[in-house]
Amino acid sequence: MSRGRDRISPVALVGLLIGAAIMVAPLVWTLLLSLKSNSELMRDSAAAFSPPYTLENYHAILAASLVPRWLLNSLIVSLGTTAGVLILCSLAGYGFARLQFPFRRTLLALVLIGLAIPEQAVILPRHQLFAQLGLHNSYPGLMLPGLVAPFGVFFMTQYFRAIPVELDEAAMLDGASRFTLFWKVLLPLTLPAQATLGVFTFLGSWNDYWWPLISATTSDRFTLTVGLASSQMNYAQTSGLGFLMAQAVFASIPILVVYVLFQKQIVRAMAGAAVR
Amino acid sequence: MIGPRSGSTWQGYAFVGPFVALYCFLLIYPLFMGIEISFNRADLFGNREFVGLENYRRLFADPIFHQAVATTFKLTLLIVPTLTVITLLLALALNRATRTAGVLRGVFFSSSVLSVTILTLIWRFVLTPDAGLIAKLLGVFGWEPIPFLSDPDLTVPALAIATVWWSLGLPMMLFLAGLQQIPGDIYEAAALDRASRWTTFWKVTLPSLRGVLILVIMLQTAAQLQIFGQAQLLTSGGPSGRSRPIVLYIYELAFGRWELGYAIAAAEVLFLLVLVITALQYWAVSRTKADR
Repeated sequence: MSRGRDRISPVALVGLLIGAAIMVAPLVWTLLLSLKSNSELMRDSAAAFSPPYTLENYHAILAASLVPRWLLNSLIVSLGTTAGVLILCSLAGYGFARLQFPFRRTLLALVLIGLAIPEQAVILPRHQLFAQLGLHNSYPGLMLPGLVAPFGVFFMTQYFRAIPVELDEAAMLDGASRFTLFWKVLLPLTLPAQATLGVFTFLGSWNDYWWPLISATTSDRFTLTVGLASSQMNYAQTSGLGFLMAQAVFASIPILVVYVLFQKQIVRAMAGAAVR
Repeated sequence: MIGPRSGSTWQGYAFVGPFVALYCFLLIYPLFMGIEISFNRADLFGNREFVGLENYRRLFADPIFHQAVATTFKLTLLIVPTLTVITLLLALALNRATRTAGVLRGVFFSSSVLSVTILTLIWRFVLTPDAGLIAKLLGVFGWEPIPFLSDPDLTVPALAIATVWWSLGLPMMLFLAGLQQIPGDIYEAAALDRASRWTTFWKVTLPSLRGVLILVIMLQTAAQLQIFGQAQLLTSGGPSGRSRPIVLYIYELAFGRWELGYAIAAAEVLFLLVLVITALQYWAVSRTKADR
């Protein structure tokens, strides 16, 4: 079915607009609060509804807070995780889809079992393991758990399987090695899948909370999510309301940029999930 | 043999090896390690003493754990049906090619890219009675603020509202994708039969969305049974533990009381709950399918 071209009925439109207002109001409120001076908000937060507005909270973030550091940590961890997932899952996906080796089916089944194991079942023992290895409060420590992405392997295996085998045969006849075949011929064809998996991994890693909360315990190793959690836990003693909300806005900007840039991949990935 | 589906053994392992090794080391090994630790009285610093099933026995007699399980079910039962119905209605209304529909899809999806800490920052200052948006709006009419984050009867619904607001995007997109898969001629046939919109919805649209509907319910149930950040940051599980879900209790046991063995036992019970409940949902659905 193509999308209907008819207009939305008036009754539905009223409902949708009320819903949209409920979606947007908290965001606008946050933005307004972030643009007010802390002392004015201390007296009455309703001051946010009227000018004067100021950028002083944003200056304070850039000048003297750990927020830029947390932003950097989040970027390093998320980009590192995304690169790692794409490499590992592409290699494994190709291997499972195209190569014959002992225990191939068993290993694939073992990986797929991982889809049913929730984080809760492994996160505490993993915390112990990383403590023994001295990996807490380090970038590898923050990234490694994110690299275990059974869904990514499943996704890439399916994608490689959908590529016609004739392509491989032609390349092999031309004398291409196994790795050249993978790297030069097949991998470029999987770019759309890489984009989808990449965006999802990045979003998931950027927004992850549970693992960095227990693995990064010194404030210079916090990711943005953990840093913002620590700010709101003790906001009463330190920063003001406007400053806190400016942090929220500042922290959402990178992810909103990713969302706007990669909307197509996000939507396509959802569509793919629904068809299965 | 030279064929595209061959390759030598070492080549196969070279490609899948790195992932499989990491997977075994960081998922399979901790899984068994956790089961083992749960039979010990263990703290965070490596001290262990084997106690058999003692941790599990304690859990079944622990009133706080019972309360946490009840709270988790309450949250799940509030959130999953509400979310499913709202996102289905949104998808039905927004499944069209107009510009307005496109903008509104973006609006309803936008909240789901935010992290849980931004979600709670935003909602804390929507809900709190002294400075929150709702309190200020009620104040315009001279009404008293509502203590969403401290009234024992309101914390669970408040968490549910914030969670629904946050989670609309994915299920809505799934339903939209599902609607796109329904072939147009079914609707033409329904129109020829002069079926009303209502009949068309119940007899054509909804049955065609069955697969997506199951997927949405199962994914959301598994997610909400593991609800954590919202409760930790917005209500700290309070007042008197009334809004403390299981994962928050696990976190408090491990990192507040350093009772690692006991915390992991609680995590294993949660793992089992998630498995059993999603399996039951799947079984119930596949049974009704066989009946028809």
